[in-house]
Amino acid sequence: MTERQTVVVIGAGHNGLVCATYLARAGRKVLVVEAAAQPGGAAITREFAPGYRVSAVAHLLHLLDPVIERELALARHGLSYARSSLVNVSLSPGRPALSLDGGDVIAGEVSPADRSALQVHAARMQKFARVIARQHARVPPRLRFESWHDVLPAAAVALDIRLLGRKDMREFLRIATMNIYDVLEEQFEHAGIKGVLALDAVLGTRLGPRSGNSVYTALYRQSGSVNGRSGALALPQGGMGAVSNALVSAARIAGVEIRCGAQVEEIIVREGRATGVRLRNGEELRADRVVSNADPKTTLLRLLGARHLETEFARRVQQLRAVGTAAKLHLALSGRPQFRGLPAGLLGERLVIAPDLDYIESAFNPAKYGEFSAQPIMEVTLPSLHDASLAPAGHEVLSAVVQYAPYDLKGGWAAGKRPFLAAIMAVLEEHAPGIGALVQHAELLTPLDIEQQFGITGGHWHHGELALDQFMMLRPVAGAAQYATPVAGLYLCGAGCHPGGGIMGSAGRNAARVIAGGR
Amino acid sequence: MLARDHFRQLVCETPFHPRTAALNQLNLWHRWRDHTVADAYFDVGMEYNAIRNSCAVFDLSPMTKHLITGPDALAYMNRLVTRDVAKIKPARVGYCVWCDDAGQVIDDGTIFHLREGVYRLCSQERQLDWLHSSALGFDVRIVEETNDVAGLAVQGPTSCAVLKSLGLAGIETLTPFGLRSFPFAGGTLEVSRTGYTGDLGYELWINPERALQLWDALFAAGADHGIRAIGTLALEMSRIEAGFIQAGVDFLPADRAVRVDRTRSPFELDLGRLVDFSKPNFTGRRALLEEQHRGSRYRLVRLDVEGNKPAKDAYIYDQRRTNVGVVTSSMWSPAAKASIALASVKMPWGAPGEELAAEIYYQKELKWNRFMARCRVVEGAFFDPPRRRATPAADR
Repeated sequence: MTERQTVVVIGAGHNGLVCATYLARAGRKVLVVEAAAQPGGAAITREFAPGYRVSAVAHLLHLLDPVIERELALARHGLSYARSSLVNVSLSPGRPALSLDGGDVIAGEVSPADRSALQVHAARMQKFARVIARQHARVPPRLRFESWHDVLPAAAVALDIRLLGRKDMREFLRIATMNIYDVLEEQFEHAGIKGVLALDAVLGTRLGPRSGNSVYTALYRQSGSVNGRSGALALPQGGMGAVSNALVSAARIAGVEIRCGAQVEEIIVREGRATGVRLRNGEELRADRVVSNADPKTTLLRLLGARHLETEFARRVQQLRAVGTAAKLHLALSGRPQFRGLPAGLLGERLVIAPDLDYIESAFNPAKYGEFSAQPIMEVTLPSLHDASLAPAGHEVLSAVVQYAPYDLKGGWAAGKRPFLAAIMAVLEEHAPGIGALVQHAELLTPLDIEQQFGITGGHWHHGELALDQFMMLRPVAGAAQYATPVAGLYLCGAGCHPGGGIMGSAGRNAARVIAGGR
Repeated sequence: MLARDHFRQLVCETPFHPRTAALNQLNLWHRWRDHTVADAYFDVGMEYNAIRNSCAVFDLSPMTKHLITGPDALAYMNRLVTRDVAKIKPARVGYCVWCDDAGQVIDDGTIFHLREGVYRLCSQERQLDWLHSSALGFDVRIVEETNDVAGLAVQGPTSCAVLKSLGLAGIETLTPFGLRSFPFAGGTLEVSRTGYTGDLGYELWINPERALQLWDALFAAGADHGIRAIGTLALEMSRIEAGFIQAGVDFLPADRAVRVDRTRSPFELDLGRLVDFSKPNFTGRRALLEEQHRGSRYRLVRLDVEGNKPAKDAYIYDQRRTNVGVVTSSMWSPAAKASIALASVKMPWGAPGEELAAEIYYQKELKWNRFMARCRVVEGAFFDPPRRRATPAADR
């Protein structure tokens, strides 16, 4: 007779919940410990001003793995969409609003050449993004090639690329490591089109359009699907917390125990093996397996400690790039704002303030030197237009991702937050005159706030920069890319692992497969 | 610590240079870690004979030295090296190796446990970068102190007698790998019973300001005991006879290797005794554990070679003339009266007693000759006199 294997999962973020649920379904006894008062990590809906609720960090759902959605029956557990396919709207004062839905131009003055180029570009990027998407559900290959177990997964990646066909494979290999600026300049005339497409490449990263590897991040961004539509952007009914609520419900049904308000202080190691966790209150929780949804630096350097690792591996973890540049703005508005040149019917879409490539690059420049953008780029949504539960009647909530706000701001965020908010409001005022007068309350979360409130190193969405040197078998670092860490019994399941961040769940599902013993 | 402008001087002299320069009749020098040291002073054979028959003095000041202190010093050292440092008590010295994550040897050296929780690590190669990398997560202070400590090796059968004449009372009771302090010229002289010759011998450590005073007193004390300054060439002979390995010669430091199969693990250097798997973690542990299960790729062997021609850089063959390895160090050993060699051979070759062959090329009056010399794998040092370990040491 064997006893049931016990697992403790650190962090009830979405990947932790996904991992826990699959492990419970595989017969493990799973306890999830969460430092915050509620589960969900950075995927929560919370009240930021009396009567106004908003998705606290992530606000658009576009990468959630449909397989997980189906296998965990998230719809049955309450997940539904207020909107499942927002379109892009590029705002630029003095130019009619440009609206794009994939390869189609919905509104705006666009030349026939650009219209057909957009069709070609969108279709090709979609095809390439599917290559990336196919890797999401796979455990990354090892680069040891000592057995067929190592060679086959690597060969599968190569095959996916080869199956694009000769012409597209060549184009894929050509642009995969390029910067989005050059790729877009090759194809388009309209500054607004280039701005919108480039924004997708740099959102949530420490990249500008001219930074290498920004084509890869654009493909990554497009690699998900909602309701069978790839590259779609969705608003969950009730905000991002609804995703976590559905995951919590699925987890509990599967037998997972979730303890909130339980902050892990230390991963306990005995004789080189992780044997449990110690909570801040001193309580020790023993387990056969410890799985961490915390980011790799927090897990390995703070909770575990470099002394339990070997020198080169510890150094790789320390050098992992995880410096957030994305801030989150929440405005409680007493009425509907009016954006210049924007037809009223498009107010509820994804409003992009990135009028052209140089605007984005100029916004990025200060971030290189530890300064915030004087004229930031933004991804703006008004979720309350689709979801009345988020704001009092007649009032609205504005939720925006704002870049660039480097975590390591020169002079510190205590002094920098107020002028940055002023800079943001000045840009918004220019696009939506009078918006300032509607603001009842404003909440700005800098990467430092995100780090402090959600426990993510550097306040980085992806738990580590999404870049080719930190992807697949190099994510988070070589030696831990297959979810198992060098310390026996300790695993990672968060966004710091392949395939990365965004509300996705794939890292949690892949990790569960490794832990449960089947690749 | 090094002065901030230390780089302006490309090659430094050691604190003993005024004396070694005066003695160096051959004017033969080379660079050791950017310090000028003597290859030989007068005659390599006579210098070698001083090691084995009287008392030889070697300037080892350029030896890389690091001082490691702080609350986590022991934990840090134990994570750094493969052996259990807790077993090296205060006032003791231990030989050790350290590896990269792949279990490949970066360097070998000696740990001096100076006082409770205070360690000095001596090594052939510069290690500051690796030592600092390894310090992540440990509360330790690492100070490079190569130029703050001058060192002399005093080796040979009369070395104890010389030190006694120098006034180091009770030195004969110092056990091998023991460490003791003596007052000297108003300061402190640290003496360890260590060396690189495989003979009775000591290493003396002193503040560079008192270096010349020590040299003069030592040579005065040794005048009646055959004391002689020796260079690197004679030391090299004695270390091969002792079967000791040298970084960069018998193995390539792992941090310098580009090609994957050029490095060696401690097991592959016959240093398995220095690997302690009872420690839950040290750098290289996982890889070495795996190696222990899967088997090593190479083996370091000591060879007794037929004839009197040194088997320099010779290929090693088995009975079927398959190339199985290469000689890394070789010499005619006056003490063993044999041609001896250290070699790295592929597994499974090189078991003790196995007969192999060395392909030796040698020149006679500009004509090259080839000689397939039979050789036999022997165990232990080629020369290992009882006086090396005898305590109390012979002091007359």
